[in-house]
Amino acid sequence: MLDTARIRPDFPILLQKENGRRLVYLDNAATSQKPRKVIDAIVHYYSFHNANVHRGAYALAVEATEAYEAARTAVARFVNAWAREGVVFTRGTTESINLVAASWGRTNVKRGDTVVVTAMDHHSNIVPWQILCQEKGATIRMVEITEDGRIDLSDFGRALEAKPKIVAFPYVSNSLGTVNPAAQLSKLAHAAGAVTVVDGAQSSPHLRVDVQTIDCDFYALSGHKMLAPMGSGALVAKPALLDAMPPYHGGGEMIERVWDDRSTWNKIPHKFEGGTPNVEAAVGLGAAIAYLEQLGMEKIAAHEQELARLTIERLSQIEGVTVYGPRDHRAGVVPFTYGDIHPHDLATILDRDGVCIRAGHHCTQPLMRRLGVAATARASFYIYNDVDDIDALVIAVRKAGDLFGVSPSPISIPQ
Amino acid sequence: MSDLGELYQQVILDHNRNPRNFKRIESANRKAEGNNPLCGDRIQLYVLLEGDTITDIGFQMPQGSGCAISKASASLMTDAVKGKTAADAETMFQLFRDMLSGGTNAPGKLAVFSGVRAFPSRIKCANLAWHALHAALQNSAEPVTTESARDF
Repeated sequence: MLDTARIRPDFPILLQKENGRRLVYLDNAATSQKPRKVIDAIVHYYSFHNANVHRGAYALAVEATEAYEAARTAVARFVNAWAREGVVFTRGTTESINLVAASWGRTNVKRGDTVVVTAMDHHSNIVPWQILCQEKGATIRMVEITEDGRIDLSDFGRALEAKPKIVAFPYVSNSLGTVNPAAQLSKLAHAAGAVTVVDGAQSSPHLRVDVQTIDCDFYALSGHKMLAPMGSGALVAKPALLDAMPPYHGGGEMIERVWDDRSTWNKIPHKFEGGTPNVEAAVGLGAAIAYLEQLGMEKIAAHEQELARLTIERLSQIEGVTVYGPRDHRAGVVPFTYGDIHPHDLATILDRDGVCIRAGHHCTQPLMRRLGVAATARASFYIYNDVDDIDALVIAVRKAGDLFGVSPSPISIPQ
Repeated sequence: MSDLGELYQQVILDHNRNPRNFKRIESANRKAEGNNPLCGDRIQLYVLLEGDTITDIGFQMPQGSGCAISKASASLMTDAVKGKTAADAETMFQLFRDMLSGGTNAPGKLAVFSGVRAFPSRIKCANLAWHALHAALQNSAEPVTTESARDF
């Protein structure tokens, strides 16, 4: 386990009280808290190096550009990107996936084609493909999940028979915590002739990610779930694919020459970074990566898996609690319901004890329909969580049961 | 637990467990659907309006049971407006909204929701059924959502 007694003081927000109690922040799958080093990096950037990047002929602008490009190098190293030119800064996973859909998708997906997604995908890895398919007259094929919350590999195989142009899936499910066999899925999809788009929003903060080993084509990540500021993120892609793709946003920075009636494009990754970029976000992301690398991604993964294991063990001892997702191959995400208490009521009661969890559909409505629930409660862990947090969670859940006089029968909803 | 006790009063827990008028009304001549896209809760409201009087009213929460606050609110609302005129129901909605935004308590049993004021994240849950009723009485075909009405 990580030494949380040393980690927690690095996070100013964890030192404050919530409803008069220690803040028990268990909504890390939604967003992580930020360490002092990340906050300081942003303040330092604005205090000493701020200028617009890639254009100034003065020292300050060079410093800003260096800070921005150093962050790109950090991201490339962090996920073992094919090349640092294959790292495009975006506002996050959602924008990264929309970029692929709008650029690669619009160019390559034609009427009658198929795009494959999975029933455990986040809306951000479903809706951009729906928009693309509706525009092109193409078909979305959603791969089913198994009873225990994994991608159904036989259905995945059947979906590939349609020779899809794109296969999109999450590395780690935000609603179930399932760690998917990304390399295996990518290999199968490639054999069927598809390009693969991996939603890395929940894997990048928690696992050692190696995009070259996964051998996907596009990998999307969000900084804000991994200690970095909101609005930071990246699309990591094979450079040859990016080279061949048309731009996403037109504007300054992304051009080579602009004529009266046409333009030529800058080299990658700048071709996809029209307009003044969010340098602050990139700098913060670079600082976050340094913090995570110092702890070690393997240790982080082990820490969270142990917390999840303990949480599942202890919640399962409460009569009426149902935990969703697979028993193994899972990250630090624990979705659950408690009898007929609606997750929103559960979240409100937990909040009074300073315990922050997410309640709702977690932007995975297709998955919720398959689980037969309208919503779940979800506890998700990060580097600063410890056994005390699990104690607080379990005590608060039991309180909710006392308040509601919980009936042990789980909520059952007709499909 | 005191403010939680204020929020989850026994009347609310009772109406959550045993919602009144939890039914579809086949002969309803006014219907509305309410959505809370944040939590995925949905309500379907059925109203039989005869002349200006709400002679019958029922609701269902099709995809999930709804949280205790939204379900109890729908249940108590249906009890409160049954037999009343549409104008009276709209007045009650106004009083209910006023209460949740910090005003005086709404009349009768509706006052049990005064505790919701201390939980801003739950005000939408309490208001959902009332917005659906408003839409039904206006004969609005569009489903109401908690994100389209500014005063939710």
